[in-house]
Amino acid sequence: MAVVQPAAPGRRAMTDEERNYLLLQRLRSLIKHAVLIIFGIAFMLPFVWMISSSVKPNIDIFEIPVRLLPKSLRLENYIDATEAIPFWQYLWNSTYYTIFATIGSVLSNTFIAYGFARVRWRGRNVVFIIVIATMMLPFQVRMIPLYILFARIGWLNSFLPLIVPNFFGNAFYIFLMRQFMMTLPKELDDAARIDGASEWGIFWRIAVPLSKPAILTVAIFEIIHTWHDFIGPLVYLRHPTKYTLSIGLRLYFTQYGAEWGLLMAAAAMFTIPMVIFFFIAQRSFIEGITLTGLKG
Amino acid sequence: MFKLRRDPANQPNSWRTDNLPAWGLFFVSPWIIGFVAFTVYPFIASLYYSFTNFNIINLTPRWVGLDNYVELFTADPLFWTSISNSIRYAALLLVFATVFDIFIAYLLSQNVKFLSIYRTIFFFPVLVPVVAASLTWIWILNPRFGLMNGLLELIGIKGPNWLASPDTAMYALIFIGVWGSGRQVIVYLSGFNDIPRQLYEAADIDGASGLQKFWRITLPLLSPQIFFNVVTLIIFSLQSFSEVYIMTQGGPANSTLLYAVNLYNRAFRDYAMGYASALAWIMFLLILGLTLIIFKFLAGRVIYER
Repeated sequence: MAVVQPAAPGRRAMTDEERNYLLLQRLRSLIKHAVLIIFGIAFMLPFVWMISSSVKPNIDIFEIPVRLLPKSLRLENYIDATEAIPFWQYLWNSTYYTIFATIGSVLSNTFIAYGFARVRWRGRNVVFIIVIATMMLPFQVRMIPLYILFARIGWLNSFLPLIVPNFFGNAFYIFLMRQFMMTLPKELDDAARIDGASEWGIFWRIAVPLSKPAILTVAIFEIIHTWHDFIGPLVYLRHPTKYTLSIGLRLYFTQYGAEWGLLMAAAAMFTIPMVIFFFIAQRSFIEGITLTGLKG
Repeated sequence: MFKLRRDPANQPNSWRTDNLPAWGLFFVSPWIIGFVAFTVYPFIASLYYSFTNFNIINLTPRWVGLDNYVELFTADPLFWTSISNSIRYAALLLVFATVFDIFIAYLLSQNVKFLSIYRTIFFFPVLVPVVAASLTWIWILNPRFGLMNGLLELIGIKGPNWLASPDTAMYALIFIGVWGSGRQVIVYLSGFNDIPRQLYEAADIDGASGLQKFWRITLPLLSPQIFFNVVTLIIFSLQSFSEVYIMTQGGPANSTLLYAVNLYNRAFRDYAMGYASALAWIMFLLILGLTLIIFKFLAGRVIYER
């Protein structure tokens, strides 16, 4: 098929070479999009399957051949899912854990990072290297003694072992916030000092307001981390009234097999808050990941 | 004059250093307390426990010297199984996730339309809570009613029982790992976007081929992101626990028994705390050694100057 290219005014007609080049460009763009669309669909399929199964009546769940989209809707799955296990209790437990862990992380890491980024003191760099080194220590090494410690002081089956350590900083977040605070202009501190501000005043009135993007990043990471957390609740929360959703979802498995429709409905309700959250905070999200990746 | 010099207001740099060391300690004090209570103490305690027979029967730990370590290396086949499984898992995931994520990030960096939609899609699996994702994958990989084998049937392939067969379970887990590696795509994408266009234009003038440009410009300038992603991926995948514990519990026939799963079983299923502590210390040394090796061989090759 010949593509007739009218010569633009003031320009000569295209040579064959130029035409081939344009064609090649267009073909490459087409392939690029095709690849992205195929992989994009493949990446979303598990989520589509989760939602689709969550609204299928039981009889359609076990249908052969497998049907990706449901042929009939049974939204009652969502209500049944909240009644088959103490869903609302577990949702509240997950929320409670997330709120307090995030408060602890934001408060402590902002505070600590300021000490590493803006206050100069002897030994600061050595201590900071120790902070970084702790990132390499696997959780598993600390897991057993901490479990025994918390068991002895009677904190098992409570959220204290999960929340309290968050109030004492986390190497990764300290690192992230320090990097950010280092970029704030020093002149601001000096100006505030001349005006008679105390070190605390500089922290509270200058560093904290200017560090909002980094604080937000820490909050976002911590919210996701806590909401997803599986091993923490698995180790410390043994009593069924204390389960978070991470641990509670297994209750949909009975001795006769899984209630897949209800389970997928519960999984969807567990996932959707994160999705909404992502769309609200999308920009800070992407910037946060970029920040950590670049400065690594 | 002499008096003025001593006036702190005239020495804005030094008075912060010398006169106020207390403020620095004040701000980092929560970390110091937490470091002692939640890192130093458990570290020393864990090392001590690893030399004892601390378990459900012997609630007061008794010193047994190197017994746990000797048993580990000589009399525990699961130790070697789990080490080789973990190394296989980490190595395969590293290769597949790195190649795939760089490839996707590269496509996304080419001025595509709907960039933010694609970016969201590839990042999406990161948002799904690991338990919700794992349970969904169990259902997808269900041999009879699952989506995966349903799709394979469309092209005439009879899919295996993915998670219940020792030949396929590990590959299924790695596949799921790549699906969940969207964080890396974002990091690589930012790396691609930071490469100055002029470099490619200059290379074009010199007549460089696409492959040459990739090896000589793209890869070196992407090295900070590659380095960061490789290090974090290795450290995290060697500690992988949740997905595997939920989906296969290490089975079938221990074919997916990762190191962290074995350790958890020993500690919280068998309550062999002393033995599990020895396992944890071997893990720590393994990760430490690997990290040092990576830093030694890769850090020097990373190009930060642009």
